[in-house]
Amino acid sequence: MSHQKPGPTTRVLNADHDPADGNSVSPPLHQSVNFSARDMAHLNEIAVPQGDRYYTRRGNPTSSRLARAICELEGAESGLITASGMGAISTAILSLVGAGNHVIGQRNHYVGITELLEKILPSFAIETTRVDQRSVQAFANAIRPNTKLIILETPVNPLMHITDLPAVASLARSRGITTLCDSTFATPLNQQPIALGCDIVMHSVTKYIGGHHDLLAGALVGTNALIQRIWDRSLTLGAIGAPFNSWLGLRGIRTLELRMERHNKNGLALAEFLEAHAAVAKVFYPGLASHPQHELAKRQMSGFGGLLTFELKGGHDAAVSFIGKLQLVSFASSLGGVSSVAVQPAALFGEQLSKEVVEEQGITPGLVRFAAGIENTADLLADVQQALES
Amino acid sequence: MVDNHAVRLDTLVTRTDRAPGSLSDVAPALHQTATFRAADDATFLKMATTARHASYYTRDGNPTISHVESLIAALEGAESCLLAASGMGAMSTAVLGLVRQGDHMVAQRTHYMGTTQLLAEVLPRFGVEVSVVDQLDSGAMEEAVTPKTRLVVVETPANPLLTLTDLAHVAQLGRRHGVLTLCDNTIGTPINQQPLRLGIDIVVHSATKFLGGHHDLMAGAIVGTRALVDQIWRSHVVLGAVADPFAGWLLMRGLRTLALRVQRQNQTGLRIATHLATHPKVACVNYPGLTSHPQHALATRQMPGGFGGLLSFELRGGFKAGNEFVNAMHLPARAVSFGGFESLATQPAAMWAGSIGNSAAEAAGIAPGLIRFAVGLEHPDDLLEDLDRTLAVVERK
Repeated sequence: MSHQKPGPTTRVLNADHDPADGNSVSPPLHQSVNFSARDMAHLNEIAVPQGDRYYTRRGNPTSSRLARAICELEGAESGLITASGMGAISTAILSLVGAGNHVIGQRNHYVGITELLEKILPSFAIETTRVDQRSVQAFANAIRPNTKLIILETPVNPLMHITDLPAVASLARSRGITTLCDSTFATPLNQQPIALGCDIVMHSVTKYIGGHHDLLAGALVGTNALIQRIWDRSLTLGAIGAPFNSWLGLRGIRTLELRMERHNKNGLALAEFLEAHAAVAKVFYPGLASHPQHELAKRQMSGFGGLLTFELKGGHDAAVSFIGKLQLVSFASSLGGVSSVAVQPAALFGEQLSKEVVEEQGITPGLVRFAAGIENTADLLADVQQALES
Repeated sequence: MVDNHAVRLDTLVTRTDRAPGSLSDVAPALHQTATFRAADDATFLKMATTARHASYYTRDGNPTISHVESLIAALEGAESCLLAASGMGAMSTAVLGLVRQGDHMVAQRTHYMGTTQLLAEVLPRFGVEVSVVDQLDSGAMEEAVTPKTRLVVVETPANPLLTLTDLAHVAQLGRRHGVLTLCDNTIGTPINQQPLRLGIDIVVHSATKFLGGHHDLMAGAIVGTRALVDQIWRSHVVLGAVADPFAGWLLMRGLRTLALRVQRQNQTGLRIATHLATHPKVACVNYPGLTSHPQHALATRQMPGGFGGLLSFELRGGFKAGNEFVNAMHLPARAVSFGGFESLATQPAAMWAGSIGNSAAEAAGIAPGLIRFAVGLEHPDDLLEDLDRTLAVVERK
């Protein structure tokens, strides 16, 4: 018998069994908001903290199963499912800090996280600093006596900057600061932040984990103590995961490993093809040797995903024309689903961020963000080639 | 938009969007999608930059969710509605979307427990002070307002004694002081009570309860003027307590029978309250429809549709009788929540193994023998027979 640890798919198919769910192979959907008890004593028993058969805002059996599956892949003790990725990060931050505390974030984040750091947190007397995430020293310099939390996200829009997770996690731990890493773009298949030293991992399950463009959900995984604290605050903030979305998420996570193999292959193939193409000025993809942090990416990621950004020599108009000519790829926001989509970051983020912040993030008009789906590699390459050359 | 040319609520709940371009499905289609394609870059830019676009990214808006939002807005006589992941999601998002550090709020002494936690534990951590006043004291709310007051939060009827707050009075106070007013109308429902028509600025619902009506969806609603709801939306998309399309679809389905269900629950609630009021083992009954309710006159003014499906009553035999009652009853389920097809009952003083403490419980008006009874859709005679049968076995005192 092999002593090797079972692979991700094997583990995910077996991690979330719930004896109370009976013997259906496909998990039952618990759409109920409430659960009845035998008597008052029993009602008290099921009302325990994080119990999942009392009231769905406090916990739900279907959402619990999804949380367990994600914990298995991330090597975490405990997890919580939220209404959306932003629901996850907002709830986590508002659980762990209050007025007068300080939070460090990155200069480049998903646009919603930037808004949270720049607008919402300061309105509640929470100080924030955003640093160049490529420099561990920048994180160190930003630490203040009242710093409680560091928010990390890697890889990140739009230039695929990488944050050195072991170094920042270690720095934070030495100063008693909690770290939370948004690992949505990487997925637990390509990167495990907890193994690298982070305290909490956050996912927009909407993206790769869900994988089919059909649900919004977020996940937070970490130690029992941290998740219980966040759970407590989640009851009030109410960004609760929806059972049907959790059920779809469970369905999606069954194929996460298979899909990531294809996303990784497509991402790398496209990145290499584009880098060599005359119409392309530059490609940003952690798997390319030309990526300034390729060595770091190789150390903390086992694959580089399906997301890449590139700059066309013809600028804004060339980018518009290129996306318009793609046959297999649509203009659509979001990423991580089975179908490829492409957008211009300038359109995606421009209205939500100020001009200064847009430039600071390196968003130029000719950038194209390409989220490769799971189409056959040769078909995607052929489509991209014809769109560039016609 | 739901076309609502001045029809009665019973008819309004059956309305659907017949705007040109909408699908011809009589039962609305479910848009279980996170994202949407754009035909070209100009369309994409428009989608990405239009506030509350209903088909760009589901956290911003979704066709199924918009559809049910417009029906709820019509039911409350409002311009706009925003759906959230839960009632607490709606309440927290509405409040956090309207106040900031340094602001002051006024609220009631008795609120849904989650709202109390928001006001007492969460908001002070973020630099927002909250003054809590007795909602029965008409002068107290006026006295509590300061130059920094931004928002007044009320809830009527309120657990556990079905205490009422005078909404017209609160609305006038808000206007006089330039302060926004928000009412949790979950227990009222738009069938019985419409706070916006009385001058309140914002209504919040736990749609999980009567609106959904089938114990099978979690959602919240924020209702008000377009300007106010749009403002709250800007925080909503970052706080992320977004509703899911399937819950929105189920909610739409549940709303079709809202008028019928609430009307039935009104009738049954009144019958049960009336019957219990003369029962020898019952010390008192709390229900706005009883003439014995201290605010019955106010109830008839501000709940023209009826008095609802929630009541509480105190057993003379105290804690032990309460426990016996809940354990012996046959038809109602022992579960939390309310507003659905199944009657439910619990003994609040026995929850969390009494962890809230006897004095805290009593201060909140929770007598040891208090039963909270949520009326479902069962035949009232069956419920009354079950009540009598159960009361027969509980200790009198």
